[in-house]
Amino acid sequence: MAEVALRKVIKRYDDVEAVRGIDLDISDHEFIVLVGPSGCGKSTTLRMIAGLEDITDGDIMIGGDVVNDVPPKDRDIAMVFQNYALYPHMTVAENMSFGLRLKHYPKAEIKARVTEAARLLDITDLIDRKPKQLSGGQRQRVAMGRAIVRNPKVFLFDEPLSNLDAKLRVQMRIEIKKVHQKVRTTTVYVTHDQVEAMTLADRVVVMNKGRIEQIGTPNELYHKPATRFVAGFIGSPAMNFIPCRLEDVGGKLNVRLTDRISFPLPPARAARYSVLPRTENLLLGIRPEHLTESNAHLEPGVETFDTVLDVTEPMGMETLVYFGLEGTPICGRVDPNAGAKDGAPMRLAMDLNNMHLLNEATGAVL
Amino acid sequence: MSTLAIDKTGPTRKVKLGSMSRDRTWALRWSYFFLVLFAIFFLIPPVYMLITSLKSSAEISAATNPWWVFHPTLSNYVELLTSNQFLRFFWNSSMISIVVVIVTMLISIPAAFALARMKFWGSATLATGVFLTYLIPDSLLFIPLFKMLAVVQEFTGITLLNRWYVLVFIYPTLTVPFCTWIMIGYFASIPKELDEAALIDGASWLQTLTRIFIPVALPGLIAATIFAFTVSWAQFLYPLVFTTSIDQLVLPVGITTTLIKGDVFNWGQIMTGALLGAAPPLVIYAFLMDYYIAGLTAGATKG
Repeated sequence: MAEVALRKVIKRYDDVEAVRGIDLDISDHEFIVLVGPSGCGKSTTLRMIAGLEDITDGDIMIGGDVVNDVPPKDRDIAMVFQNYALYPHMTVAENMSFGLRLKHYPKAEIKARVTEAARLLDITDLIDRKPKQLSGGQRQRVAMGRAIVRNPKVFLFDEPLSNLDAKLRVQMRIEIKKVHQKVRTTTVYVTHDQVEAMTLADRVVVMNKGRIEQIGTPNELYHKPATRFVAGFIGSPAMNFIPCRLEDVGGKLNVRLTDRISFPLPPARAARYSVLPRTENLLLGIRPEHLTESNAHLEPGVETFDTVLDVTEPMGMETLVYFGLEGTPICGRVDPNAGAKDGAPMRLAMDLNNMHLLNEATGAVL
Repeated sequence: MSTLAIDKTGPTRKVKLGSMSRDRTWALRWSYFFLVLFAIFFLIPPVYMLITSLKSSAEISAATNPWWVFHPTLSNYVELLTSNQFLRFFWNSSMISIVVVIVTMLISIPAAFALARMKFWGSATLATGVFLTYLIPDSLLFIPLFKMLAVVQEFTGITLLNRWYVLVFIYPTLTVPFCTWIMIGYFASIPKELDEAALIDGASWLQTLTRIFIPVALPGLIAATIFAFTVSWAQFLYPLVFTTSIDQLVLPVGITTTLIKGDVFNWGQIMTGALLGAAPPLVIYAFLMDYYIAGLTAGATKG
């Protein structure tokens, strides 16, 4: 097991810069998830750590050693691929032991390791089957088993759950987490699914256009996003962004959303934002769960406004409501018993204690 | 989704399925009609060979029904199979074909692996180039090839012309390009992640080839083997040109040279020889066909 470090890593394909100078420190035993939209460079970064892609510039270190020119087989890593990449002509046991057999491990040790990994992944009964006789979830377990038996310094996962159906994905997600809790191997996991990222990671690395937008624990990213991209990417449904300006009304700092709607900021927020210029174009970031039905007992910092709903989506435990605020589409989450109906007027409450203020031009969270 | 669609079109469902199955029935009928037609067309020559091989020379030349054997005899088979000459042709053909298949595979497999997987400058062009060489017919190549061998023979003093083993070097000019091309296709269809997984597992390129690619691409390998064997076994022009002595001839050339004397055709033995000559490829096809059809890549990745 080992720590992994990336120092100003750049990957260029002809004219395209896929990864633009990444710095990342992954500590021993840590579970890191790289997340971002397609083409953000997350898979390329993972493949560079694996040694499947050369790096154009910078350094990659595994366990303190620079591995830039070390071939994949000598990096002591194991990788799980999106499409499993099982050897179709080998049985499950042979698939799992392939790496050990190449390194001429003693037969008894190979058998012991395979048996142990199979037990851990609950695939003991499948050990003599060929990959084509397995279901998608079973194949993914075997792929993980192949990684585990090697007992490598680092596990690399490249979107391992993308090929599974939704239900199985949730189940395998938990399996992966359990396995990591048991083997504690340093793990780098790539996904485009922010739910997967949030649920699995010790720390999440949000990437966009070849750069790291933010690194943090799932809660940090959710509650203290650094940029508009992170704020919008993490969380489902996504955070709402409403154009706004700051103004002083009777000695208090207000945020003006429309001609009709201007809310006084809670004292803590007002103190934080008071230095900002009043003329600047800003965005109010508010998550759907902080836009709820209005009730009789409003907390301080919660402000109400009236709107007409466009569409409602009953989800069972909650109802998502969609409406427009001067052309900006907004989503809120209300109680299923709050009486939200398509096309009906509704009074909603906005919890400004959980608001974010962003610079519209730069996208920075202020 | 599909059940939903069927439910929605409830009233028309029966009609739709009915027309589908009617279409299918007609398609099948036509398929059978043409398949039977083709089968008859292509089976007539071998059947005629078989019938003729069981007749004596007297019966062949008699004006009886050519499609029936009135006095079956195995004399043609006995004569050929006890003739040292014929057995020599058979031996030459077998040796050449087996060695050519081995040589072809030894060249084609690594070449195809390199061209399909190891990206290097010009690899795509080279792959196309390999195939283009196959498009030049052997009837254009045999004279320059003969010239080349004559020059080499003159300079080195090694006898190359009129020796059966020289065909082992010449046939691969026909088999290697096509087999490489087939193998490139098969190797390219193997998911990239499979060799990446092998590389990470600690396999070298050679181990990836021998332990992953060759077993996974076995159907392709067998297709290429069958092709190389058939081409070598049936080749007529090159052995006709490069070998002349009776003991150096291969089966197709040997039969036509020794069993046709002037304008006397020993039809019974010619047909017997052709039939016996067709047996080895037939046996090989029969044994390898199952492998050839089996899709071994199933289950490698999602699918």
